Amino acid sequence: MAAIELRNIVKVFSDKRRGRDLLTLDNINLDIEANDFACLLGPSGCGKSTLLNIIAGFEQATSGRTLVDGKQVERPGSDRGVVFQQPTLMPWLTAIDNVAFHLKLKGVAKAERYDRAMEFIDLVGLRGFEHHHPSELSGGMNQRVGIARALLMNPSVILMDEPFAALDAQTKLEMQEELVAIWQKRRCTIVFVTHSVDEALVLGNKIVVMTKRPGRIREAVNFDLPRPRDITSPEFNDAKRRILSLIREESTRLAQAS
Amino acid sequence: MTSVTDAAPAKPAFRLTRLFQGLERVVVPALLIAGWEAFARSGVLPPALLPAPSAVLHALGDWVFGFDETTQTYSGHWLRDALASALRVFGGFALASLLGILAGVAIGWSRLFEKTLEPTLQMLRPIPPVSWIPLAIIWFGIADKPAIFLVFLGAFFPVLMNSIHGVKTVDHNLVRAGAMMGASQRQMLTDIVLPAALPSIFAGLRIAVGSAWMLTVTAEMVAVKSGLGYVLWDSYYFLRYDIVLAAMISIGLLGYLSDLGLKAIMARTLRWQTTTTVQGRAG
Ligand SMILES: Nc1ncnc2c1ncn2[C@@H]1O[C@H](COP(=O)(O)OP(=O)(O)OP(=O)(O)O)[C@@H](O)[C@H]1O
Ligand SMILES: [Mg+2]
Repeated sequence: MAAIELRNIVKVFSDKRRGRDLLTLDNINLDIEANDFACLLGPSGCGKSTLLNIIAGFEQATSGRTLVDGKQVERPGSDRGVVFQQPTLMPWLTAIDNVAFHLKLKGVAKAERYDRAMEFIDLVGLRGFEHHHPSELSGGMNQRVGIARALLMNPSVILMDEPFAALDAQTKLEMQEELVAIWQKRRCTIVFVTHSVDEALVLGNKIVVMTKRPGRIREAVNFDLPRPRDITSPEFNDAKRRILSLIREESTRLAQAS
Repeated sequence: MTSVTDAAPAKPAFRLTRLFQGLERVVVPALLIAGWEAFARSGVLPPALLPAPSAVLHALGDWVFGFDETTQTYSGHWLRDALASALRVFGGFALASLLGILAGVAIGWSRLFEKTLEPTLQMLRPIPPVSWIPLAIIWFGIADKPAIFLVFLGAFFPVLMNSIHGVKTVDHNLVRAGAMMGASQRQMLTDIVLPAALPSIFAGLRIAVGSAWMLTVTAEMVAVKSGLGYVLWDSYYFLRYDIVLAAMISIGLLGYLSDLGLKAIMARTLRWQTTTTVQGRAG
């Protein structure tokens, strides 16, 4: 049994104002095994966030079935940690209170809450900023608070929507390494949305290429290059060439069709 | 201090501009008051109809401290009158805040309340609170109660409207984040929606406290026999325009102080917001 099973997922947004329906996801079938680090790769607007929202339980698919750990997804839950495309922190809470919010909801005492949250604040390199409010932190720092918040719940599945898009190259590299280390240590399942081929190949052991809107799965390839990965190695470049050609075929096919 | 101010020749000029900057706020009021004083003393109008600022100040002083009984029966009774009004404001405002926030959050959050409660409330809203005076007097007689009722009516709707708006405009991604972290329906309301709506709720409270003062005074003119509004109206019957003006100033001052107090509470509660959005641009 796969950790995440998507069966014939179709998502249609009905656009009431313009009086037409928008087919966003067209018959998605995908299995993501437990402990996979799956990278979802696709052009802007192809429905990556929508697919993630369906797995998270924020949106209902128009038809099809979504199973996480064999159970039908009906609503959001703390078994699936989400790192949003925008940081989405509670602006009235400090960084540490944001990270520990899940524990507060569970009624854990403040001392223990802070104790456990500090571990994750350290992990994302924000020691010294734990009592800052989101408005006093940079976009990238807020994004890291969001990552710490999802990790603290120790979910079996982590869904990440372009979490590093707002980071500078250096921090991005560090965070990528950190994420891989966390994943190797905790053995959780990660679905990571990105539109950078390099990022997908640095992080994932499964690369899922999606087509332009309406989103379909173009191909899901396993990629088992040993880590740490050298992005200048011939193996890495071979894989990159393959992924790029998948994307290019797609755009020429579209060009011919139109 | 910047290096500019340390330079000896620049110092006097700097002081002058500073002085002017301190004065620029009072220039217009000072000119107005001086003009008013001069006009009142010129004798174009009888002093009873247009009291000079000095006369108003005199009346106010006597009303507060009771030194020469120019304000007759009111002499020295300002505190009693102000307190009577303030208590009505506070009573009506507290009631309106409590019910306004409760109803506003309920309507903003739940479809059921929106459908059942909102149409009725929105129908009552355009009715001017003042037009309730006849009913208020029949129901509550002539005492504190009709005044508190009017204050409540005036303060309730701003709180209600802003609470509804605050709850409805909560970033739905925050609600998603809460659901993702396992918030129950109740926690969603208390730990996410309510704090997120607070800035808007406070904006409503500030409008409400202004309406509260307006309506206390209105009620006191008609339905109560004490308070600043009563003194104002009573003095009008005796053509004591100096006391009328003194009462107006007192109301303005107390209303301003209430708003300052509310603003201070708001700044403490909403410390997480950047100062620019709480207090407006500094300076
Ligand atoms: N709530 C919604 N209502 C209507 N249409 C929507 C909604 N959410 C998304 N869409 C549409 O669905 C399509 C896919 O959106 P989605 O956000 O999933 O794209 P994406 O692949 O995440 O893009 P990006 O890489 O730019 O984030 C878009 O065309 C968008 O207009
Ligand atoms: Mg997206």
